[in-house]
Amino acid sequence: MLRSLLPIVEHAVKGPVWDCQMCGQCVLHETGMTCPMTCPKTLRNGPCGGVAVDGACEVKPEMQCVWVKANHRAENLPLLPQSWRDEIGHLRAPVNNSLAGDSSWMNLVSGADRKTPSGWKGSE
Amino acid sequence: MGAFDELVASRERPIVTAEFPSMDGGDLDTVAEAVDRFQPYVDAVNITDNPAAHAHASNVSMAIAVKQLGLEPIMQVVCRDKNRLAIQADVVGAQMHGVTSFCALTGDDVTAGDEPEARRVFDIDGPQLVSIMRTLSDGTYLSGRSLKHHRELLIGAVENPFAPPAHVRVRRARMKVDSGARFLQLQIGYEPEKLEAFVEGCGDNGVCRDAAVLPTVILTKSAGALRFMESSVPGIHVPGDVIDRIASAADPLEESYQLAREQAAHALSLPGIAGIHITDFRHDDSVHRLVHDLRLGPAFSTEGATTHASTTRASTTHTQTA
Ligand code: SF4
Repeated sequence: MLRSLLPIVEHAVKGPVWDCQMCGQCVLHETGMTCPMTCPKTLRNGPCGGVAVDGACEVKPEMQCVWVKANHRAENLPLLPQSWRDEIGHLRAPVNNSLAGDSSWMNLVSGADRKTPSGWKGSE
Repeated sequence: MGAFDELVASRERPIVTAEFPSMDGGDLDTVAEAVDRFQPYVDAVNITDNPAAHAHASNVSMAIAVKQLGLEPIMQVVCRDKNRLAIQADVVGAQMHGVTSFCALTGDDVTAGDEPEARRVFDIDGPQLVSIMRTLSDGTYLSGRSLKHHRELLIGAVENPFAPPAHVRVRRARMKVDSGARFLQLQIGYEPEKLEAFVEGCGDNGVCRDAAVLPTVILTKSAGALRFMESSVPGIHVPGDVIDRIASAADPLEESYQLAREQAAHALSLPGIAGIHITDFRHDDSVHRLVHDLRLGPAFSTEGATTHASTTRASTTHTQTA
């Protein structure tokens, strides 16, 4: 019951504010409360090299690059803990596509959102 | 370890890499002709992976051909066209044929190419790809499953010092080096002050020490080529005064060469820079002329070593005082 209801509640809360794409492994706190899945290339470690000089997105020039915005907000949003501000510079693992559509809250509690393939070494 | 790998490690003289032309059919003779053009002047060539989102003969097939013809290929891999399974299969397959140098890129979007209707993949991104290549180099797939045989790979990445936000580019370069990149090829740019700031940042955070940083110099023919890059190539900005300089020159062809030569000399003068990457759109003898004028690359290895020793010393001082 909770498993089927939670994604609906989560999307209702996060959709309007952050344009949440329900990847099931939320990293908003690491990315200046900016959803990286709204980047047209769905980059978890942007920005790509295609950002225009004025900060516009390569793919959708009518919008500001999601990662330009994310970095600006990670540095400037009030009330963010310092650890959240710093985390934007850490390498995030490839998206676990099997979690798409799940509630990330559920996966946070279970730890499923932090589980990476055993060959993943990150940037150590 | 091959000669290119050793040079990246020792940096005993400036490194010269160049963009290998992409091909649309033909046979191995066509590849051999291009190999002959580059071989005496460069240490390795980039084998592109559907550049600017246009389909061409595959990176794997071209890298194998170039390797067999005796020139060192750097096989580029972009994240746009394939998922993590296919990408790992390509790297492992190419490695079986002796290809050991790779360069990880996020890749231009499909909208930059001639098939914008294609599905974009981006299952992984550039920095993650660097890390996955290191996993393969260490002997397992991303899943953790072992490779039966593996060799150490020389992994590289790219960064764009000219795209915003400037300080994030320096940090991203560090992220790629921490993930396993040992060389870093830079995007084309016409704003020397941005390159200087980036290289200074990479001196401060140790990127220039831990990886061979190679700015790109592009050989063009005319103001039209610069205008095209400004309007149509993602991530490249060509300021108006640079375009005007070529457009108003008495001999635009020669002026274009001089522009590239100045860019190369400027890049090589920056403390911590390991060499240059050349993209040639002139298709004449300009690559030869450029390495000759600057006395760079395998053809000038003895003199290069002397010039570069002073650069390396300058870079050490720079790192210490930073
Ligand atoms: S410019 Fe920014 S938002 Fe657009 S594809 Fe690149 S990283 Fe994503």
